[in-house]
Amino acid sequence: MSVNGDRPYTADEMMAVEASRRLADDNVCFVGIGLPSLAANLARRTHAPGCTLVYESGTIGSKPVRLPLSIGDGELADTADAVVSVPEMFAYWLQGRRIDVGFLGAAQIDRHGNLNSTVIGSYDAPSVRLPGGGGAPEIALGVDDVFVMLRQSKRTFVGELDFTTSLGDNVRVVVTDLGILEPRDGELTLTAVHPGATADEARAATGWDLRVADDLAETEPPTEGELTALRALETKGRS
Amino acid sequence: MIVPLSDAVAEHVHDGDVVALEGFTHLIPSAAGHELIRQERRDLTLVRMTPDVVYDQLIGMGCARKLVFSWGGNPGVGSLHRLRDAVENGWPQPLELEEHSHAGMAAAYAAGAANLPFGVLRGYRGGDLPARTRVATVVCPFTGEELAAVPAHRPDVGVIHAQQADRHGNVQLWGIAGVQKETVLASKRSIVTVEEIVDELEPRPNAVVLPSWVVSAVCVAPRGAHPSYAAGYYDRDNEFYVAWDPVSRDRETFLAWMQRHVLDTADVDGYHASLVAEETTAA
Repeated sequence: MSVNGDRPYTADEMMAVEASRRLADDNVCFVGIGLPSLAANLARRTHAPGCTLVYESGTIGSKPVRLPLSIGDGELADTADAVVSVPEMFAYWLQGRRIDVGFLGAAQIDRHGNLNSTVIGSYDAPSVRLPGGGGAPEIALGVDDVFVMLRQSKRTFVGELDFTTSLGDNVRVVVTDLGILEPRDGELTLTAVHPGATADEARAATGWDLRVADDLAETEPPTEGELTALRALETKGRS
Repeated sequence: MIVPLSDAVAEHVHDGDVVALEGFTHLIPSAAGHELIRQERRDLTLVRMTPDVVYDQLIGMGCARKLVFSWGGNPGVGSLHRLRDAVENGWPQPLELEEHSHAGMAAAYAAGAANLPFGVLRGYRGGDLPARTRVATVVCPFTGEELAAVPAHRPDVGVIHAQQADRHGNVQLWGIAGVQKETVLASKRSIVTVEEIVDELEPRPNAVVLPSWVVSAVCVAPRGAHPSYAAGYYDRDNEFYVAWDPVSRDRETFLAWMQRHVLDTADVDGYHASLVAEETTAA
């Protein structure tokens, strides 16, 4: 859990809330498990109740009450508008370009938004074998807008990826525990910091010479409504 | 047709086979995986989109020579430590990897089911994966567009778990259906474990029905998907997935666990009895 001064919320909560704000009511969103799923479900409970959540297990329009642990929990199917097979999900729905937003996480990101979720170290003799790309390579290129959520550190924001799992062509925003990065002139640039965080902190947590926008903004802290909804989701998810 | 699981594995799965035990979070054929471990199958090429706990167990017990996959982790928890130990340290033996994306694996199964030599998709573009796996480029003869081609999956044996079969061996499964229909139809032989045998399969929306004549063996294995789930029968055992992390981190702890719950048990009922016994001891 990140320390966050005497603010009544954690840095992870700020990250989830800010990411959720990026989803619009009419979005159809391909959701990965973990932080992306938390943010997408929060959006559905706050400002974007009409947002359609799609999970790679084949559930379309899932409306879970409890936060799922996996991408195929029973509740995702029970609350879905439709359940399709996995080949159909990737061929007809993702490749068919019926999904406009993809939420991705990763172990590493570079300045172009390329992501690594495959290995740390060399591919043939990795120091850490990560789970692998899963749906990410085709999600990254098969939706219009990719949102990335990732805690910011020199381990995760690297000058050179150990392995390029998915391409950053469609990455529109990276939400971290320190702030927001968006591509400007072909390179991820710090465009906002969360309350209490600074550009220097973000620079120190980045493995390349991070550009900072001249018009650097500060994100809005979570509202009481957002925090209540977020904590209700987390509590139910862990019960 | 309807036979004990131990007989089906003995007859249909041989050392060195390419075996796909499929299930996408739901209906994972764990009981069949455990039977492969009990019968000490070796040098298997294991195929699966999302290898999770049962593949971690098969790999850690030395059953696999190669893994063909697209995402190998403990969903929502973290790493598969036995998979990592095999890849990072060669324990208990080196594991060759053939890695794909989900879209590529799905296309490869669908091509296998359709008796085509390869699947075609818009994928594998850029990045480092194409240089590390079996993928090629084909040109659309109508538009000239370059597309990715993945070799079809044609496993020797496809293994899945379903809710029900009737007395003739016709199978029905419902809920998240993953890639199981394609797996059975792409495979030379297939084993289906089921929660129960019923007199008559009741028609259900979105159900997958596999007629007995595409299935080699049907085996009764109640709660045979644990720690995964079977819609309409039992829920996913999320606590088990969390608890698997410390068990699988350490080689000795893992081996002791496998001895107690798999090797020293005769079948899926014995497996569940041993889990209950452990809970009672712990309490």
